Amino acid sequence: MIHIRKVYKSFGEVNALSEVSLDIQDGELFVLIGPDGAGKTTLFRMLVTLLVPDYGSIEVNGLDVVENFRQLRTKMGYMPGTFSLYPDLTVEENLEFYASIFGTTIRKNYDLIRDIYKHIEPFKKRPAGKLSGGMKQKLALSCALIHRPEVLVLDEPTTGVDAASRKEFWIMLKKIQQEGMTIIASTAYMDEAVRGDRSGFLHQGKLLMADTPGKIREEYPYPMYSCRSENNYALLQAIRAESSTATALLFGKTIHYSPVKEDFPVEELMSGLEATGKYGRITCEKTKPELEDSFSYLSKGIERSETQSGMTE
Amino acid sequence: MRTILIIIRKEFKQIFRNRMMLPIIFIAPIVEMLVLVYAATMEVKHIDLLVVDSDQSVYSRQLISKLAGLKMYHVSVIPVAGREADARLLGNKADAVLEIPPKFEQSLVRGLNPVLQLRLDAVNGMAAGIINGYTRRIVMDFQRKWQMNFTATDTHGKIMRISVVPRYWYNSELNYKHYMLPGILVILVTIMGMFLSAINLVREKEIGTIEQINVTPIRRYHFIPGKLIPFWIIALGELAFGLTIGWILFRVPVRGSLLLLFGFTSVYLLSVMGIGLFLATIARTQQQLMFMFFFFMLTFLLMSGLFTPVESMPAWAQMVNRINPFAYFMRVIRMILLKGSGFRDILPEFTSISVYAVIMFSLAVWRYRKTT
Repeated sequence: MIHIRKVYKSFGEVNALSEVSLDIQDGELFVLIGPDGAGKTTLFRMLVTLLVPDYGSIEVNGLDVVENFRQLRTKMGYMPGTFSLYPDLTVEENLEFYASIFGTTIRKNYDLIRDIYKHIEPFKKRPAGKLSGGMKQKLALSCALIHRPEVLVLDEPTTGVDAASRKEFWIMLKKIQQEGMTIIASTAYMDEAVRGDRSGFLHQGKLLMADTPGKIREEYPYPMYSCRSENNYALLQAIRAESSTATALLFGKTIHYSPVKEDFPVEELMSGLEATGKYGRITCEKTKPELEDSFSYLSKGIERSETQSGMTE
Repeated sequence: MRTILIIIRKEFKQIFRNRMMLPIIFIAPIVEMLVLVYAATMEVKHIDLLVVDSDQSVYSRQLISKLAGLKMYHVSVIPVAGREADARLLGNKADAVLEIPPKFEQSLVRGLNPVLQLRLDAVNGMAAGIINGYTRRIVMDFQRKWQMNFTATDTHGKIMRISVVPRYWYNSELNYKHYMLPGILVILVTIMGMFLSAINLVREKEIGTIEQINVTPIRRYHFIPGKLIPFWIIALGELAFGLTIGWILFRVPVRGSLLLLFGFTSVYLLSVMGIGLFLATIARTQQQLMFMFFFFMLTFLLMSGLFTPVESMPAWAQMVNRINPFAYFMRVIRMILLKGSGFRDILPEFTSISVYAVIMFSLAVWRYRKTT
């Protein structure tokens, strides 16, 4: 169990985290989503005992990250956001080094890392600094796993990795999870939110929501339409200009459009727009909101309330 | 202990994999010794002397030929004083101008105590002083002999003289190389111990590997010794290597106990490593560390007595030197190598440097805790 209780952290004037509370169950794969600068790394650094919270407390498997940091360090695996292994040591030497400082050997825990390590094993005599991005990431994960930690913390493991490798990476994490490990990973890619059992959305230092992907979708209060046209960008502008529109977002090749009211006649609006001839043929169909829509709605909600309170001041 | 050994093994792997490292360890000492020992010498071996001979007498010509006969002097003569002499001095064509005024010999014979003038290029004051000393001695010597010849039949009586015979102890040939070489060894050992170890520590910070290390069970008392011991060994090896080269090339004497020298160096290294570690906790990047090092290295080195004796520095400078570990080592290595001083002779330095090492290390470790 990971208990995060009302954690605050600020760096000078900047409030990196404010009142973050979160519980993560044993054996869960939790994905923390948030744009750059949301405070993901700060939260993770506190989780792995590198940073002390200003207020609040964090407990990992019954151990306090401040009081019991020494015991905790043997039970956690951490993969920092930037590559932090020795570039001048070979793949094998890095792995051996981390295994030996935890008092174990590669052989003892080979079964745990096999699926990951086998991809880089052919290059085990190569200096880690000369590996490609994807291979570096696999090595870093191997090193974080080599002592069979109870909790694995991964700070933006898929940043800077190509789409195929990203997908593969999450599959690897799922497999590791089966070993009974609790995994918490962060990402700035919205589409990776569905990869975990639960996702949390961190925005400007506040945890806006943490739930299963299904529940997060239900948070979305408006009807959702997926629209296509021959000039999506212009259409987006036109839809946004309507007063009846709650939100409209570009979503891949479609526009995710939500009117404020459930019974709003979308067909009428679209045929009207189609008649102008600027957008070609427009098709709209009702769809389920994606996680991204919910997050976008939640973060806008924060900004809305902030501007409102700003105006009343 | 096991953890420390793991770190040490890792460090040695990295050190010897670094392409710059082996040249720094093995080529640098040889080059530094050859270049610095030969070039950084205070001896004056070549003097361009311009003689303005306005006298044109037997006396003046004999004096000139006496000077010209010496290997060290390159004498040129012009007959009249004036602009040319100054121009040569100004143009670095002459180091000194010796002016023999008209009717010098005549005045001398008449017993009028005439005066010779020696003008020196004193941009390098030390060299000017030495040239003055040499030239003066030669002229006096010549004068005495000339006078003895001249007054052989004279009845003015004997000139009473006291002669002082110098015996140069510990360095009987006044071999400047033997004085310089231990100084160079100090620099080499210090760079290895203080600079390389600190830069290695900052590197972990700069490339972020410290982040990964900090979440492992490695503790401060594993990490710091694990990082420093390899460089401590390398620095002691460097001293042995440097001494061997010094002995082969210059026959630098080893009069005292080598064990004592290495014992002192071991403690000395701890004190400079303490400084290095302290600076490493302040610097975030290797570049920042370099700038701090330039400052400390230059100040400490120039004050340490590498070129100029500490005893002739002003009182405040000597006070400052109490916190200059280089100065202790500079003095002790010369004492042991050249004079054969024993443990009892270097006991004050040994005590000071031990206290220094303890203080510096505690300070550095304390700061290290605060920053990580």
